[in-house]
Amino acid sequence: MFSRIRALIVKELLAILRDKKSRFVLIVPPLIQLFVFSFAATQEAKNQTLAVLNLDEGKPALTLEQDFAAAATFSEVLHLRGAAEVKPVIDEQQAIAVLWIPEDFSRNIEHGRPAEVGFILDGRKTNTAGIVQGYAQRIVNNYQAGLAAGGQSAGAQLVVRNWFNPNLDFKWYTVPSLVCILTTLISLLVTSLSVAREREMGTFDQLLVSPLHPLEILVGKAVPALIIAMIEGTFMVLAAVFLMRVPLNGSLPLLYASMAVFLLAIIGVGLFISSLSMTQQQAILGAFVFMVPAIILSGFASPIENMPPWLQAITQGNPLRYFMTIVRGIFLKDISAALVWRQTWPMAIIAAVTLSTATWLFKKRME
Amino acid sequence: MEHAPVDIQGLSYTFGNNQPPALDDLSAVIRPGAVTGLVGPDGAGKTTLIRLMAALFLPGAGTISIFGLDTRTETTRLHRIIGYMPQKFGLYEDLSVMQNLRLYADLQGVTGAARQQVFQRLLAFTGLAPFQSRLAGRLSGGMKQKLGLACALIRKPRLLLLDEPSVGVDPVSRRELWRMVQELVNEEMAVIWSTAYLDEAEQCDEVLLLNEGRLIFSGPPQELTKRVTGRCFQIRNIAGNRRRVLANALQREEVQDGIVQGENVRIVLRAVSSLPDPAVLHAGPASQLVPVAPRFEDAFVDILGGGPGGTSVLAASMAQIEDYGQITVEAEGLTKRFGDFTAARDITFAIKRGEIFGLLGPNGAGKSTTFKMMCGLLRPSAGIGKVVGLDLQKAPGQARSRLGYMAQKFSLYGDLSARQNLEFFSGVYGLAGARQRETVGRMIDIFNLGPHLKVAAKELPLGFKQRLALSCAVMHEPAVLFLDEPTSGVDPLTRREFWTHINGLVERGVTVMVTTHFMDEAEYCDRIGLIYRGQMIATGTPDELKGRTESEQLPDPTLEDAFIELLHQWDDKNREAA
Repeated sequence: MFSRIRALIVKELLAILRDKKSRFVLIVPPLIQLFVFSFAATQEAKNQTLAVLNLDEGKPALTLEQDFAAAATFSEVLHLRGAAEVKPVIDEQQAIAVLWIPEDFSRNIEHGRPAEVGFILDGRKTNTAGIVQGYAQRIVNNYQAGLAAGGQSAGAQLVVRNWFNPNLDFKWYTVPSLVCILTTLISLLVTSLSVAREREMGTFDQLLVSPLHPLEILVGKAVPALIIAMIEGTFMVLAAVFLMRVPLNGSLPLLYASMAVFLLAIIGVGLFISSLSMTQQQAILGAFVFMVPAIILSGFASPIENMPPWLQAITQGNPLRYFMTIVRGIFLKDISAALVWRQTWPMAIIAAVTLSTATWLFKKRME
Repeated sequence: MEHAPVDIQGLSYTFGNNQPPALDDLSAVIRPGAVTGLVGPDGAGKTTLIRLMAALFLPGAGTISIFGLDTRTETTRLHRIIGYMPQKFGLYEDLSVMQNLRLYADLQGVTGAARQQVFQRLLAFTGLAPFQSRLAGRLSGGMKQKLGLACALIRKPRLLLLDEPSVGVDPVSRRELWRMVQELVNEEMAVIWSTAYLDEAEQCDEVLLLNEGRLIFSGPPQELTKRVTGRCFQIRNIAGNRRRVLANALQREEVQDGIVQGENVRIVLRAVSSLPDPAVLHAGPASQLVPVAPRFEDAFVDILGGGPGGTSVLAASMAQIEDYGQITVEAEGLTKRFGDFTAARDITFAIKRGEIFGLLGPNGAGKSTTFKMMCGLLRPSAGIGKVVGLDLQKAPGQARSRLGYMAQKFSLYGDLSARQNLEFFSGVYGLAGARQRETVGRMIDIFNLGPHLKVAAKELPLGFKQRLALSCAVMHEPAVLFLDEPTSGVDPLTRREFWTHINGLVERGVTVMVTTHFMDEAEYCDRIGLIYRGQMIATGTPDELKGRTESEQLPDPTLEDAFIELLHQWDDKNREAA
């Protein structure tokens, strides 16, 4: 039995590695994606234009305006002359936001009365607007702190320190997440395409008439995919550490152990798709039907805590969610084995479910 | 002077820099009002030549002109006068017959009142009128080809290019398709029909015979067959084993080619006068050599320098298959239902040890379903399939380890090298260590695979692919061999070599079950089961089946005639009953 499975595994690896195209597909696009996404999928707002409508000529108003202009977010500041210019400047997307300082701003400040400033954001760019709003809030807070200290430098000040990512470098956040997403993609594609490719070539019948048990065929498909995805994952981690300069603080054995469990869960899904699809096209479509929701529900783009409860419940079945937590934890903070285990056992259950469903379906489809 | 439909001068074409030329210095003129057969085995360059004529490829060297239009410079005008039906005609499977026709009419700019007329004519012509609203994907192989033909005819082309229209089409539909094309030919239209079936060549008015990219004959087929006149004989009334008689005959210096034809053996001599002595053939006292009409295939083999010898080194190296009792393969009431549809109903047969059993039948009749149930690819809804006494459902692993399987398209792993394929297939059949090395080495020696071991299987020459596929199927010394159209499309020499091995294995006690559309393959069978409308409607030796359909109109029916006649008889009988 072992010699039969070994023959299957060797065949599968050779089939993938001897084919120039699939060799290319395995190596080049994931690396390109890692780079492109790391720089493009940043959640910082940079190089934005701010429009300022300052109707006040007092010093406090000027200070506030300067605080905004000095922020790294805004590379350019447009000065508006009247309220009539506010609408066109947003409409034509000349600026992401308008800072509107009313006439009585300085007077209110000087008299210790509550003072208001308007901040108009372009809601069409929801994400950027949200980030810019956060920055604006921070600038205003600092400004208030400055006022409260009465202009003295030694006053009470809020000191912010970001743990694990002191400079809030978003690459540190995106790169580990991308390591997860790209290994998912590779293992899913390798498994879901492999049976469909054999169906198209006619070799699958040849396997089915051999004395191989369906379970042996499945193991022969799962193990090579696991090996390839682990190697691929290693490449990603190396690229993250040495090319993208993301620190790796945690334990490598824990990373690999959890990666193996995670990949088994994904391979189960891949085998499930592949026993359903007759052609490679169907397999690719099937892979993306799983892939897209899995990424969205992984907490990569939006925090799971912000989702409605029923959706949060669904994310419990998403292996990517757990693995993402582990990888980020291992990269950015040295999380403990106990914490890793807390995220790993749900993946082990998911793997057991996906693999056994795939086996069941695979046997059923053979009839 | 009127331009010829196709005028080819010094044409060459190569796909890659390091590849041998797909077409090498080819010159030919095709005349109007005739069906010209473009004949040759797979990989001979037929499709390439057709695509060059359709101006889909441009010649590497030389010229092609279609009714005087150069394919290099006048592509657009040329496409208006050509009807082209590729091998897999681009039918939209999710559209109905009528929707497909409308689509192609739109694409070719046939609109208005003319269009309805064209549709009426084509639907009547192809007999598809009752199926207008059926989805193209639901049509049988033959009907698909007819619809493809109809789509290619919408604009009344002056040159009709048909690329292997008869592949995968059963003999009944093949004849209909052929009759339709014959009707089309007239002074205005020239038809080019490409085929790997050499018996189709004989029906063409003119033939271009291609082999490995070279034109080895052009002219009327009778002119080619003339070269073997007086050299073709059948050895009849053979007492004893006809396969052994064939092997004996092929060993004689004076015999250049031979095949099994039912009970008889057909041989072609090297020279007209040198008849072999029947005594040395061990064909029995009653045997006689009867001169028969030469066939196109005989002449083709003659040009290629004669067929291979009659002994199989492969069979010689195999151990005798142990005796499992008289019956090796057995079907008892095999039934397969897909939903409401019964694909195979109550099929029962038994195959003796060392027998070649053929399953024949039109497309969609249940032949493949039965075949698949017998090799364990499909689970029967009812009934039992047994191989060497083992139930395929109860002991699948054990039963499967005793069977070998070879499919039409040589299901090898294309990216793996020849050696890796051998190692893989021996590995899944449980060979390991020294025994595996020894077996793989033996296969390499027997089939001369040595020089090709590192080549990816998909890049092997066709003959070697066939050898590799056969060796992968028999390395574990199976007791039963399942063959699915094993030699369709391969050149006659490779086919003869293949059957020599099969005949040799049968002598060793291997049982063979083969399914085919290809009458030449069917002639090698000891017995044939004819499957039609999900049932086994006739079984018998090829000669018995022929005998059953003998009539005044058909005094000497071919196996194909018998096949068609038996289906008709069955239909008539059941119509009366109903």
